[in-house]
Amino acid sequence: MKKFLDISRLIKTFPTPKGPLTVVRDFDLGVKKGEFITLIGHSGCGKSTVLSMVAGLTELTEGVIILAGKEVTEAGPDRGVVFQAPCLLPWYTAFENVMLGVDQVYYTATPLERSQIAEYYLTIVGLGDSMHKRPAELSQGMRQRCGIARAFALSPKMLLLDEPFGMLDSLTKYELQDVLLDLWQRDQKTALMVTHDVDEALYLSDRVVMMTDGPEATVGDILEVNFPRPRTRKQLMEDPEYYRLREHLIGFLEERSHLRPGKPSTAAVAH
Amino acid sequence: MKSFKFDGLVLPLFGILLVLALWHTVAGKKIYVLKESIEVVHASVIEAVPGGEAGWSTLKPLLNKPPLEAAKIAAAIKSLPNGAEIWTALEQNLEERRVGLISSLPNVVETWQASKLYIMEPFAKRGEMDQGILRFSWYSLILVAEGYSLALLIGTPIGFFLGLSPMFTKTFDPLIQILRPVSPLAWLPLGLVLFLSAGKDAGTYGALFTIAICSMWPTVLNTAVGVRAVPQDYLNVGKVLKLSRFKTLTKILIPATLPYMFTGFRLSLGIAWLVIVAAEMLTGRPGVGGFLWQEYNSLVYEHIILSIITIGVIGFILDRLMSLIEARFKAIS
Repeated sequence: MKKFLDISRLIKTFPTPKGPLTVVRDFDLGVKKGEFITLIGHSGCGKSTVLSMVAGLTELTEGVIILAGKEVTEAGPDRGVVFQAPCLLPWYTAFENVMLGVDQVYYTATPLERSQIAEYYLTIVGLGDSMHKRPAELSQGMRQRCGIARAFALSPKMLLLDEPFGMLDSLTKYELQDVLLDLWQRDQKTALMVTHDVDEALYLSDRVVMMTDGPEATVGDILEVNFPRPRTRKQLMEDPEYYRLREHLIGFLEERSHLRPGKPSTAAVAH
Repeated sequence: MKSFKFDGLVLPLFGILLVLALWHTVAGKKIYVLKESIEVVHASVIEAVPGGEAGWSTLKPLLNKPPLEAAKIAAAIKSLPNGAEIWTALEQNLEERRVGLISSLPNVVETWQASKLYIMEPFAKRGEMDQGILRFSWYSLILVAEGYSLALLIGTPIGFFLGLSPMFTKTFDPLIQILRPVSPLAWLPLGLVLFLSAGKDAGTYGALFTIAICSMWPTVLNTAVGVRAVPQDYLNVGKVLKLSRFKTLTKILIPATLPYMFTGFRLSLGIAWLVIVAAEMLTGRPGVGGFLWQEYNSLVYEHIILSIITIGVIGFILDRLMSLIEARFKAIS
């Protein structure tokens, strides 16, 4: 299978007062077109750094990222990014925030067509009635809905989500996960998401990529999640396979995440 | 609500009344501070009035106990036989010899009476330097508006450059820090020299130059701080959307910096208003500062007080107005 996104030999080193710190080393990952991938790992392991490099917001130290046959060298609207804090511009309404991107991407369309695109996505994410409100007037969840609408409205080749639901309460989180899945299926997007929520990873993704702890983080293990789509939360909860996968993920995070693959595993002997 | 009114209205009014009362008490009293030794006064009193010796023996103990309040001395002397006559001579004598500081300060009522015409007919024009107080203020405000606009037009872009480019900051920040504390009184002569060729308009251009160069620093520095404080998240949004430089400036950088810019604008306006008075004093332009200086030269102290109060009130109103605008922008961001 041809890789739609190909990350190879990725290394990221940050300068620190104590000398260079290698956050990510030899990170390899291939993503197929239309796949939903989550990166999971402990806080600070460098998963967001990887996402940021794919987005083109952070420079690579070494390695190559190829998206749809083209090397990623800078940020661009072909990758829709949903940030953890929604990062809406507070001086614009939800609609204007989405339009900012739409105007950039669909510069050949008429103004009417452009505003229709923005309205379409805002309505799908459930902001039909409040699209002309400023972020300050919206709840945290509604802001993130707008963030999702903004990313999808760009019609990007790929979606990059950086812990998009990390700051939401569980109920809002469930709602937004469904909104995201719905849009993802509609638009047939390829998605790469960073999370530290095991259930979220299993519910949304086709494959879960587990990262080892930083520094020098890399891919520790990859878990295939083969539940049929469209998924419902209830159906997953009733599937014994779900608990097996969940245990695998938690087991990795609790016991094996500090081990780089290929090294002799002392911890495994102890267990 | 009730306590708000008490705190917000009654207490400030009380404070103002307190100071007015203090002013009135101090100003109402003639206090003599003798420049020369008592003997000189003695001689003149004796010479001036027959029977002056009697007056002197009453006066001497009082003179030895400063401060010498005119009212007390007058009462003591007038109680003597022939007292009124002695006092007439003595008062004049003392009047000539006092270091009359506070006695020259008009009290509240005198100030009001002398200023009434200027306040009640605020826009009257009776002559070049004899106009209603608001008419004078208006001239000053126009000049301030011009100089201040100039300061914002120059200061804001400089602030953006400072905020955006570390290189620019390293090059010009030390210079700015050196120029910033220079007093308006020091800039004005340079301004007058610079625009010497403008002839009779040199004063105006010199004043504008001084206002602009003195008042732009808060705008420059606050804008720079604001630009540096733009959240990286917002800039990332711009990068992801690949906004052009111009769009990044107008859609992200400027709106994000506005609250800081307005803090700078408010502080700059305060300085511009300070500078105008100095500039008018030195150039003799008609305006509230020019009026103040002219009344000082003609020793009308009531009008000096009137000018001071007017300058203060207008400065206060300007600051409040700018605060309102500033608060609006803070609410959005």
